[in-house]
Amino acid sequence: MTSPRIVEIRQNVLRKNDLEARQLRAEFQAAGTFVVSLVSSPGSGKTRFLEATLGPLRAQHRVAALVGDLATENDAMRLARSGASVRQIVTGTVCHLDAQMVRRALEGFTPDPLDYLFIENVGNLVCPAAYDLGEALRVVLLSVTEGEDKPLKYPTIFNGADLAIITKSDLADAVEFDRAAAYANLRAVQPALGILEVSAKTGYGMDAWFELLAARSADAIRPASADPEAPSAALRESLTAPGRPDESSGR
Amino acid sequence: MHELSIAASIVELATEEAEKRHIEVVAIHLKLGALSGVVREALEGSYELVAAGTPLQLAALVIHEIPAVIYCPACHEPRELPSIQAFLCPVCGGPPGEVLQGRDLQVTALEVVS
Repeated sequence: MTSPRIVEIRQNVLRKNDLEARQLRAEFQAAGTFVVSLVSSPGSGKTRFLEATLGPLRAQHRVAALVGDLATENDAMRLARSGASVRQIVTGTVCHLDAQMVRRALEGFTPDPLDYLFIENVGNLVCPAAYDLGEALRVVLLSVTEGEDKPLKYPTIFNGADLAIITKSDLADAVEFDRAAAYANLRAVQPALGILEVSAKTGYGMDAWFELLAARSADAIRPASADPEAPSAALRESLTAPGRPDESSGR
Repeated sequence: MHELSIAASIVELATEEAEKRHIEVVAIHLKLGALSGVVREALEGSYELVAAGTPLQLAALVIHEIPAVIYCPACHEPRELPSIQAFLCPVCGGPPGEVLQGRDLQVTALEVVS
């Protein structure tokens, strides 16, 4: 037997996912669809937050959602009550969504191009971090009922997010949520991270979320046009996390 | 446990290369970044499971851990982060610029016999 020799191949393990995600991102951009993915641990209120998002957005925009879960179609049924098109992706034993699952879920999904597509990932703060889904905005949710140190326990996913949303803010006092500690921990893993606080139940913070969506989608979809409906540059500035303009075209 | 999916992708990738080049793989070299989101021990266990019963059964998975490196705009220097729980320049304490290294999840080379 000959002695082993080295063959250099330099192949990214996730190359198929990354290629599919790049293609999806290009197609979304061409269609004028702003794609937002939501990641969080189970029970942080992703579905409730999405319900509170889809309803009002639907009044003026074409919106739809894909919802990932290990089992059951309960979340899709809940979200469909908003009137938006919703499709469940049941992943079975797989703990995250990947770009191919998004591609398959989109086949024959909506006849018309969308303004906004939301992708709710499987509740998990570890596995989804590695998979690009072709989204324009990756949002990580942290509820006030979780530990303020979650960002330090799962730094990769908080570091890779474009925005952090603190949910269930109506419960903050009841659970003695340490706001300063939560912000410090979020910023420890990503100093320029934009942070919003919301309550899907009371509506607190939802206006800021809708303004941010409008500003970010205007930047992403119509970068150079002077759209009279788009928020002013000053508003965009105030809502956009500083320091990461170079990453706005995707990770 | 997405390490099982990652391990399956590594085995698939190495198998394709081996068939294409008519070679037998005895070791797979993998760069694993601190920010890849993949846990080394879980990946090693998963790889053994996935490789069992394939032509890669006896091939070793050699993991090279890659630390996270940021560019520090204040120091004008690349800086290695001692921990990914603190994205600050370890020298001056200032906020980081671009992440230069650490997201790696790449099969760099195969050790083969023909």
